Amino acid sequence: MRGDQANRLNNGGLIDRSIALNFRFDGKTLFGFKGDTLASALVANGVKLVGRSFKYHRPRGILTAGSEEPNALVELRSGARREPNTKATTAELYEGLEAASQNRWPSLNFDVMSVNQLFAPIFVAGFYYKTFMWPAKFWEAIYEPAIRRAAGLGRAAQVSDPDHYDKVWAHCDVVIAGSGPAGLAAALAAARCGARVILCEEDFVLGGRLLADSGMIDGLPAAEWVARAVAELSAMPDVRIMTRTTLFGVYDGGTYGAIERVNDHLPTPPEHQVRQRLWRIVAKRCVVAAGAIERPIVFAGNDTPGVMMASAMRSYINRYAATPARRIALFTNNEDGWRTAETAIAAGLQVAAVIDARPDVSPAHRSLASKGGFPVLHGAVADVDGGKGGVRKISVSLTGGARAEVEADGLAVSGGWNPAVGLTSYHRGRPKWRDDIAAFVPDGAPPGMVAAGAANGSFGLGACLREGFEAGAAAARDAGRSGNAGSMPVADDEAFSITPLWHVAGKGKAFVDQQHDVTASDVELAQREGFQSVEHLKRYTTLGMATDQGKTSNVAGLAIMAAVSGKSIPETGTTIYRPPYVPVAIGAFAGHHRDENFHATRLTPSHHWAAEQGAIFIDTGLWKRAQWYPRTGEKDWLESVTREVKAVRGGVGFCDVSTLGKIDVHGPDAGAFLDRVYINAFSSLAVGKARYGLMLREDGIVYDDGTTSRLAEDHYFLTTTTAKAGLVMQHLEFCRQVLFPELDVQLTSVSDQWAQFSIAGPRTRDLLKEVVDPAEDLSNEGFPFMGAREVRLRGGLKARLFRISFSGEMAFEISVPARYGEAMARNLMIAGKPFGLTPYGTEALGVMRIEKGHVAGPELNGTTTAGDLGLGKMMSTKKDFIGRVMAGREALVAPNRQVVVGIKPTDKARRLRSGAHIIPKGETPGPDNDQGYVTSVCFSPVLDQWIGLGLVERGRERIGEIVRAHDPLRGEDYDVELCNSVFYDPDGGRQRG
Amino acid sequence: MRIICPFCGERELGEFTYLGDAKPQRPAADAGEDAVYDYVYLRDNIAGVMSEHWYHGGGCRTWLKVTRNTLTHEISAVEPAAGAGAAKVGA
Ligand SMILES: [Zn+2]
Repeated sequence: MRGDQANRLNNGGLIDRSIALNFRFDGKTLFGFKGDTLASALVANGVKLVGRSFKYHRPRGILTAGSEEPNALVELRSGARREPNTKATTAELYEGLEAASQNRWPSLNFDVMSVNQLFAPIFVAGFYYKTFMWPAKFWEAIYEPAIRRAAGLGRAAQVSDPDHYDKVWAHCDVVIAGSGPAGLAAALAAARCGARVILCEEDFVLGGRLLADSGMIDGLPAAEWVARAVAELSAMPDVRIMTRTTLFGVYDGGTYGAIERVNDHLPTPPEHQVRQRLWRIVAKRCVVAAGAIERPIVFAGNDTPGVMMASAMRSYINRYAATPARRIALFTNNEDGWRTAETAIAAGLQVAAVIDARPDVSPAHRSLASKGGFPVLHGAVADVDGGKGGVRKISVSLTGGARAEVEADGLAVSGGWNPAVGLTSYHRGRPKWRDDIAAFVPDGAPPGMVAAGAANGSFGLGACLREGFEAGAAAARDAGRSGNAGSMPVADDEAFSITPLWHVAGKGKAFVDQQHDVTASDVELAQREGFQSVEHLKRYTTLGMATDQGKTSNVAGLAIMAAVSGKSIPETGTTIYRPPYVPVAIGAFAGHHRDENFHATRLTPSHHWAAEQGAIFIDTGLWKRAQWYPRTGEKDWLESVTREVKAVRGGVGFCDVSTLGKIDVHGPDAGAFLDRVYINAFSSLAVGKARYGLMLREDGIVYDDGTTSRLAEDHYFLTTTTAKAGLVMQHLEFCRQVLFPELDVQLTSVSDQWAQFSIAGPRTRDLLKEVVDPAEDLSNEGFPFMGAREVRLRGGLKARLFRISFSGEMAFEISVPARYGEAMARNLMIAGKPFGLTPYGTEALGVMRIEKGHVAGPELNGTTTAGDLGLGKMMSTKKDFIGRVMAGREALVAPNRQVVVGIKPTDKARRLRSGAHIIPKGETPGPDNDQGYVTSVCFSPVLDQWIGLGLVERGRERIGEIVRAHDPLRGEDYDVELCNSVFYDPDGGRQRG
Repeated sequence: MRIICPFCGERELGEFTYLGDAKPQRPAADAGEDAVYDYVYLRDNIAGVMSEHWYHGGGCRTWLKVTRNTLTHEISAVEPAAGAGAAKVGA
């Protein structure tokens, strides 16, 4: 079954007629062939109307045959894979393809919103800025939703993308964008020289314009030459040919971005395959052979379905054997456009007329016209009569003033060619104007890049081959390859002459930017309103700001602006070019980094054991930490956490604290080094002892804290907070390498090498005796508070044991090599059974640290000083250290600073909330009376009430004062008492005992 | 952007962390508050060639002094910090 395909030619084209493909457009079943794009299949089926326009809902057809398409945008696929604004001109046809036209309701043929055309005056240039500005509330409530409904393009899928995307790196000598004659010649030359070549082609077939425009190369028909060139390249091991791949950007250091549409040509990617792949290609050289884009001429009715670029019409006829019209008129201002007349005649189609804006037509074309029996009209198209059914009649203003009418069902337009200057201009490059071809061409390029062929403004086939070949050979040489490029492919150059014509003045809407519905009169209006700079014109009219980035419209817009302002086009200038050259799905940039793989996940050594216990995990940075361990019958987290705290304070508990940053500091100057990075002294620390240390930033603000132990004369073991583990390492390396290079000290990050557990509670020693070798003295004398040393465990394993306490209880932290971490947790549970050992999570850890008044992340918030935290006395006056001088600044030692203080509600039943602001009694809440806020809160099982820490102005001097906790976010306001921040065991007897 | 680490070779930007102007020298302990203030807060931000600190955290953990043109991102020199590697200055 091949369907009707009424507009399919019987012969020719690069389609496989043996494979008919069934597809649906707006619910209607149609057929095409393998090798078709959706656009070419629609053309073959005689579908002219493919969408409604952005603002005015005007009927639109297919304008181009490539990635520059502004009009033929569809929603491709359905459900979770629905993809809006997909260009029908680049979407490969596959069996079962589903596409829907956009921006129409209820149907493409009958669109209610086309009444927008009647309201056209409100959609003029700058309508977003001018209209509906007042009152502001109306904008949000009424105008914007209404406009959004009326104007716009496709609909997103609204659900998660089910496909996978990949990101990969590639390295090569020469990367080439485009596989037309210039690109293939460049690849041949570079590869023959021995260069490692990557050739990127956005189409699914190699050949570029040679797929649609014939010619002879090296005495062979172009198609044959392409086949030979591709065969030669494919046989070379260091050449990678990537079709369906667009080189979309150039970045610093010769890095290029490319998007490979690996499986967009299939309904769904095969199992275990990605949909698209984002390539980052590092290349010593780049040859841009991206060709040129034919540009429209702006005239009234130029958006009528059936008006098509002349070169696109040749693509449909020659490459796809599909005829966009039966009786074609051609409107051209240059020699090249005539090839469409030749193609139409060769395909047996009628040529209604050629409207040529140039004063002269070559004798060859005159004789073509007389042979073909069609008139050559000197002049320009003034208007097009047609509608959603397509072009019917064309009015022509003849040179000299007379008018003529041409009956045709298709109008091919050629306004000349614009080299694709995107890639060469991405590093703020400004292309330069060339009068002879009336186009911008690259004026230099980012380092290592060169344009060749049509992308460089050289339109002849011979010139494309020559420039491509020379650029390829030079690129290989520059990359250090010295092989022989062999012989250069040769072809004749076609004649090219152009008489610039941008805009035919007339009545009716003449569109410059068809995707954003920007008309010639919008551009003129913007100019009259004072938008003189092209960058302003662009933003005010939105010209060139649609998904096609104005590939077919920008230069015409500039030309019209230049005409109105009386400046030349080069004086008017271009806007800045920015990547990507084609839209790239955000999914491709994300690659696998989405959902649970958005970032790496770090598991603590005891994670799997904790998961078996049913632990609830919390994300802290990259880590998953056990937050609490619920037990059957517990009604909420608070009940579980309270049980865990009571178990520790009344018996013994343990917690995985491996997430702390751990750094081994070695060397004869290790003590001197630590003296400079901590505010307190470490060179005086005895071997076998641990000490709490505080680091400042150089500006005097607290940076991080942790305990550091001296395991040997020249070996310290430093710990950091979980959050700052990496940053402290980086900071210490900076201190060592840059600030204090004279010190003989080395740093080793051992965060991942050690599993560390805190064991806390009055029965800690009983438990440890079951785990540690009996020969080790764990008594208060043999292992006093703040002791730290290596011990042997039962079974012989060496461990590091630290008698430090974060909970305020008698506590040890024990470190074993990370690979023993899980076994350690399991062993502790077995050994601890007689003592009721209870695992506890980060919540209980936090409760106990608040009860003890220890500061943590909410207090070390990047604004607090050591004094604010109540640790000012730790600052040594006998040595220099990072942050010392700046910490002494007036404002940082001011008496009215907000300092850490304990806070508890006067009503014991009330829940304290962090974030509540502290307001003096009797004052009105507001910025003037704001004296600080609650930083950390918990329910204290010991005190049987909610307590907290806060940063409060002169807090330590105000112990006992009743103030207001004002919480406008939650609508709460209650009295709290400022109190000592150490709620539990203030003299510390429990942890020393 | 790509940086040639003297220890690891040419690597891509993502492996490095930027710190900023490498010119300021940490004042001596007795230099006084003004000198430290200048060191902490006064940074050059040159449109052109600048000497900058970069950290190769995704590689050898060396602090590098990179000479970079901030307008073109062209890197003309990369050298390790004085105390990089196992070396000790003056040893
Ligand atoms: Zn390195």
